[in-house]
Amino acid sequence: MTLKSLRMRTIIPALAIILLTISAFSSLAVGAGQEFPVPPPPFTEGIFPCSNCHASMEVNRKKRELKDEHTKIRMHHAETMRWCLDCHDAKNRDKLRLYNGELVSFTESHRLCGECHGNLYRDWRAGIHGKRTGYFMGTGKRTYLLCAHCHDPHEPKFKLIAPEPPPFRPTDKRNVK
Amino acid sequence: MSNKNYTRREFIRNLSVTALAGLSLPLLSSCSREEAEDFLQKHFLEMTGEEKERVIAKLERRYLEQYGRKFQISTQEALPETLWGYGLELSRCVGCRRCVYACANENNTSRYARQLHWIRVLRLKRGNLINLEDSEHYYAPETVPEKGFIYLPVQCQQCQNPPCVKVCPIHATWQEPDGIVVVDYNWCIGCRYCIAACPYKGRVFNWAEPNLPKDEVNPNVHYLGNRPRMKCAVEKCTFCIQRVRQGRYPACVEACPTGSRKFGNLLDPKSEIRYIIERKRVFRLREELNTESRFYYFFES
Amino acid sequence: MESLQRLLRETWHFYKKTLILVSRGSNIYYAWCFSLLAIIIVGFIFYWKQHEIGLLETNMTDQVSWGLYIANFTYLVGMAAAAVLLVIPAYIYQFKPIKEIVVLGELFAASCMVMAILFVMVDLGRLDRFWHMLPFIGSMNFPASLLAWDVLALNGYLFLNLFIPIYLLVKSYYGKKPNWKFILPFILLSIPWAVGIHTVTAFLYNGLSARPFWNASILAPRFLASAFCSGPAIIIIIFQIIRRVSAIKIEDSALFKVAELIAYSMFLNLFLLGAEIFKEYYSGTVHMASFKYLFEGLHHHNELVPWIWAAMAMNVTAFILFLVPSTRKRLSTLNLGCLFIIVGVWIEKGPGFVIPGFVPDPLGEIHEYVPNLLELMVSFGIWALGLLIFTLLMKVAIPIETGEFSHTDYERGVLTKKSMDYTASLYKIKK
Repeated sequence: MTLKSLRMRTIIPALAIILLTISAFSSLAVGAGQEFPVPPPPFTEGIFPCSNCHASMEVNRKKRELKDEHTKIRMHHAETMRWCLDCHDAKNRDKLRLYNGELVSFTESHRLCGECHGNLYRDWRAGIHGKRTGYFMGTGKRTYLLCAHCHDPHEPKFKLIAPEPPPFRPTDKRNVK
Repeated sequence: MSNKNYTRREFIRNLSVTALAGLSLPLLSSCSREEAEDFLQKHFLEMTGEEKERVIAKLERRYLEQYGRKFQISTQEALPETLWGYGLELSRCVGCRRCVYACANENNTSRYARQLHWIRVLRLKRGNLINLEDSEHYYAPETVPEKGFIYLPVQCQQCQNPPCVKVCPIHATWQEPDGIVVVDYNWCIGCRYCIAACPYKGRVFNWAEPNLPKDEVNPNVHYLGNRPRMKCAVEKCTFCIQRVRQGRYPACVEACPTGSRKFGNLLDPKSEIRYIIERKRVFRLREELNTESRFYYFFES
Repeated sequence: MESLQRLLRETWHFYKKTLILVSRGSNIYYAWCFSLLAIIIVGFIFYWKQHEIGLLETNMTDQVSWGLYIANFTYLVGMAAAAVLLVIPAYIYQFKPIKEIVVLGELFAASCMVMAILFVMVDLGRLDRFWHMLPFIGSMNFPASLLAWDVLALNGYLFLNLFIPIYLLVKSYYGKKPNWKFILPFILLSIPWAVGIHTVTAFLYNGLSARPFWNASILAPRFLASAFCSGPAIIIIIFQIIRRVSAIKIEDSALFKVAELIAYSMFLNLFLLGAEIFKEYYSGTVHMASFKYLFEGLHHHNELVPWIWAAMAMNVTAFILFLVPSTRKRLSTLNLGCLFIIVGVWIEKGPGFVIPGFVPDPLGEIHEYVPNLLELMVSFGIWALGLLIFTLLMKVAIPIETGEFSHTDYERGVLTKKSMDYTASLYKIKK
């Protein structure tokens, strides 16, 4: 073994490892949605990671009503024009699929919603649409919420909620609860 | 000789009258020294830093006794270059009143017997937005929003040209540099002229000693904001002065489940409220009264 | 020192004599005073309850935050301003029949002022913080707040209406002529001041853009017109009582002149009301809701409707009674007219003015306000206190005016005592 080949044997793997780590971290950086710090997506318990089941399953691209699993999901979101695999990537169920084929993780699902709902997405990025908590200025933490936190992506229409009780009437001011 | 009798008799009479008058003063006024101190407490804006600290210490002691909790009473001044503005998206308000009760909990308002709310949600029939005479305040359906109605929450609008400040006879209410109209609860005499003057019914009155259960207090208070009040003092929304001066959203903004409420600094071109004013169609209630309210209602687009 | 001693002695004698004057009288006088005292004590007991617990004990709410107390305050300020209706003929036109009784009218104005100030004081939530209102000591919001102007105007008017009559009475007591150069400026000042107090009270309501019922330019003239009806009406009745129980001679012509002035004021009052009603009903904007509440009822809330129509009927009847000379110059119809005006203007200017301003409230809510027992008792107590103060003032002022109670009595008494002492001393020396 020459000195040159020894160097090759150490340098190339080292370089490879360094490059891989950098790309891994950068993809993490891009995919982690650090631009908008959000709480974890509102998954049903145990459902994620989807690849636990789907990695071993055959991909069936036919548009159909699901009978075996995910029967509780009622699709009320442009269901005449789309179905599951238009948003969920067929090969990697742990990711969502943008129109141009790019895969995004669930913590960045707003990019997917924003493809159709551009106006609202613009407002959401400015902080105008949807709920915001925390600090709006200074160094404190400002929390954004994902679209999915308020709107069920399969049935996005806001459900009716029960209102809090009305104020006491002026004549009831001595009423004790 | 008779002259001397007169003067002596009359002197004794005069002395007894003045003695009686002199004694009655401390009798009529309260007995304790602390109550005397309360009586003579100065206007907040006239207090020196030391006096403010003394008053804060006295209040902390009192609240500890009354509620069993250690209160943090801030007297933080307005931040520089700030003018607070509020936005409310009417296309999204569903009338759930979560803001009303979040505000009440955050701001230590009287509740149950002698309930006071700083926010009032009005229900209007679709097709009418301005004529508030047809509003319903006491709607209580099973679920909201109800079909055919829209909801308009109203609270103190923190006007830049406030009629309430103009009419207060003793400067008990004034506008802080960051735009919040505040009340010095210890200075208010309870004449209720400001309540008559407010076009938005933003101010409410403590008709008796407030009813605040011990286990429901919020101990993070501001002297001019949400510290527990006393009887016969006027109170109103202060844009959660204890929160916004530290950069936090007011309680109602955080409570709204549909995200209809927005808040920000009007002097910061990158704030949310400026975005709303520049891109959405905003309006303010009763603009013709020239109150320059800081509460902007808007719609989605 | 000698003159100070003498002054103190004379003053003490004066007070002693006034105490004797007010504590001696006919049975009716005693009945009147004691019943007033009883009402005052009951009122005070009820007020103490309100003071302890807070204004929760009244029926006022966030929606209708001013009630019976402020209604009475508004009415009484008007009544007090009406003393000027006597001052003008007496001092400017030298109308002799009135000149003799103008001091009593001014004392009446002072009693009304005391009642008005008391009504504001019981309406305050924190009376113990009243010192915040004092200029320089507290933080009076002087040019901006109309309430601050009102405090200054009312107290100034009270001072004028105590200072002028007391000065004139003291001069009369000493049998001296008043120094007109000194007192006439004050008297002349009280004329615009009287107009001023009621204008300021009107502006108090007028300046609120939030209440369209009050935000009408016609408010200040309406206030003055109704004030110049109600005050003189009660003065006419009071003077008839004074005429009967004392030696003061008040000519009928004085009363009829005052009634004539009331007729003109009532015409103005009715005309201005008509103008307001036309404007609201013809333009028919949203702002006429308060008028609708008052005159017709709003969404089945019509508590005030019978009251205001009764007031309208009374005012119109009284106007006719005062306009027609034959009914004006007959005492029975004159008194009936006065009674109608007193009650009618009270309804129109008190509850019929303050309450519709709050209904509907700025957010459209309708809450009907009816005073409760506590408010009624405290109000009666304050009225009784004012009447008692006025009675006691009259008990002293009238004898001074008629000359029964004067300094000459005291001097005669002193001289007599001096001569008796001298005689006694002569006897002692002789012994």
